[in-house]
Amino acid sequence: MATERKDPGDDRAASDGPAAGGDDGAPASPERETPCLEVRDLSLSYGGVPALSHVSLTIPRRSVTAFIGPSGCGKSTLLRCLNRLNDLIDGVRVSGSVTLNGMDIYGRGVDVADLRRRVGMVFQQPNPFPKSVYENVAYGLRLQRGMARSEMDDRVEWSLKSAALWDEVRDRLNETALELSGGQQQRLMIARAIAVRPDVLLLDEPASALDPISTLRIEELIHQLGAEYTIAIVTHNMQQAARVSDYTAFLYMGELVEFGNTDGMFLNPAKQQTEDYITGRYG
Amino acid sequence: MSRHISEQYDSELESLNRLLMEMGGLVERQLRSAARAFVTHDTGLAAEVFTLETDVNRLELALDDECVHIIARRQPAARDLRLLISIMKAGTDLERVGDEACKIARMTEQVATFPIPDNGYLGIQHMRDIVIRMLTTTLDAFARLDLDAAYEVIATDAEVDDGFAAVDRALLREIAEQSDFLQRSVNTVWTARALERIGDHAKNISEYIVYVIRGRDVRHPGAARS
Repeated sequence: MATERKDPGDDRAASDGPAAGGDDGAPASPERETPCLEVRDLSLSYGGVPALSHVSLTIPRRSVTAFIGPSGCGKSTLLRCLNRLNDLIDGVRVSGSVTLNGMDIYGRGVDVADLRRRVGMVFQQPNPFPKSVYENVAYGLRLQRGMARSEMDDRVEWSLKSAALWDEVRDRLNETALELSGGQQQRLMIARAIAVRPDVLLLDEPASALDPISTLRIEELIHQLGAEYTIAIVTHNMQQAARVSDYTAFLYMGELVEFGNTDGMFLNPAKQQTEDYITGRYG
Repeated sequence: MSRHISEQYDSELESLNRLLMEMGGLVERQLRSAARAFVTHDTGLAAEVFTLETDVNRLELALDDECVHIIARRQPAARDLRLLISIMKAGTDLERVGDEACKIARMTEQVATFPIPDNGYLGIQHMRDIVIRMLTTTLDAFARLDLDAAYEVIATDAEVDDGFAAVDRALLREIAEQSDFLQRSVNTVWTARALERIGDHAKNISEYIVYVIRGRDVRHPGAARS
């Protein structure tokens, strides 16, 4: 996780880049700070109703970025823009740009299926296929033709291990995934998402349907995966955002109010609106 | 500052503030009594300082207990978190001010067998006036979260340090000249030292106020943090 800390001072204003690399901490690794996803002046409306307004932010590589804000603030919409999931909704208009490793994902000729392989997503409710544990993880791999069985076995095992589920399911790989507990199913969804080796993982309220212990397991997993993947997570649970993320973006009524490193956001936010929201005050 | 959505949370924080102010009020009384007892050799007044100590200690425990409960139940963030941490630390500093006042009261019991010096402990009176002002100002600044007042207290600490250096010099001369009053001189230095420490504690509390308001730790400038 982020070792860099910026001294929370009042010089930190809301900006489109998170305050990264403290002058008082270990220097930030340059590779880690290479932007992975860049959102520029992104606006989105559903049937003429604006949902996002001129949002710009840079999501750093191999880190966890949390989107927080009240219901309807646009945080899920923003997340779904990152793998063009909003395309599936009628009447959506998007302007601005989102670039993934320098490629405009809304550009012409973009293969959306390939984009979604590179930008995986896990939803609030685990949605395993009514198939075996093994097949659930191998599902995406079977779409990539030509993978040998042994390679696939290795990849399934690796994915389940990465998702901290292997020890619990190694003896029941051929049993139906529907028999797993909610927490296990959600980790299975994460295994399925990372099996195809994405660059980015999008998590939309991944623990909100889980009990506290399963939630902590998922959080621990997010924390670990953050060292390997670029993760964006939407959560209603602010303490969860504080626990798992390196950077936090606060959205309100479709606008990005503040974006900064999580320590600073939770100790000394620059904007009064952020302060009011995270301390539970009337805005 | 706008109100929390949870009214209960607001009233918990308000009650915490009241506890801190109550504790501050008691400690201030200890300090005033102790300093006055010393310069007037009034052992009766010195005894009062000790009786207040139990109440101060009880309030310190209550304050810590209340803070721990709020942290556990509310998981405070941002300014709320800074406020709670600062109240706990201010409670510790206030309790230490009380300890220093007790120290002065003990010194009083020992010097009471001597005559009051000709200058009527002028240096001690000067220091006393400054530290009492610092303590009342910092408590007031905490209650109102007044940044300017907090900075004023921080700046005033240098005057107390100068006051201590002056008392120290004068007493070294006195010790060299009239060894009959050795014990009185030594106790006066101890008292001056206690007042100087009280000034430090008042300054600490003001630094916490800056932290609550600005989110910036102004203690130990230049110290590298890891």
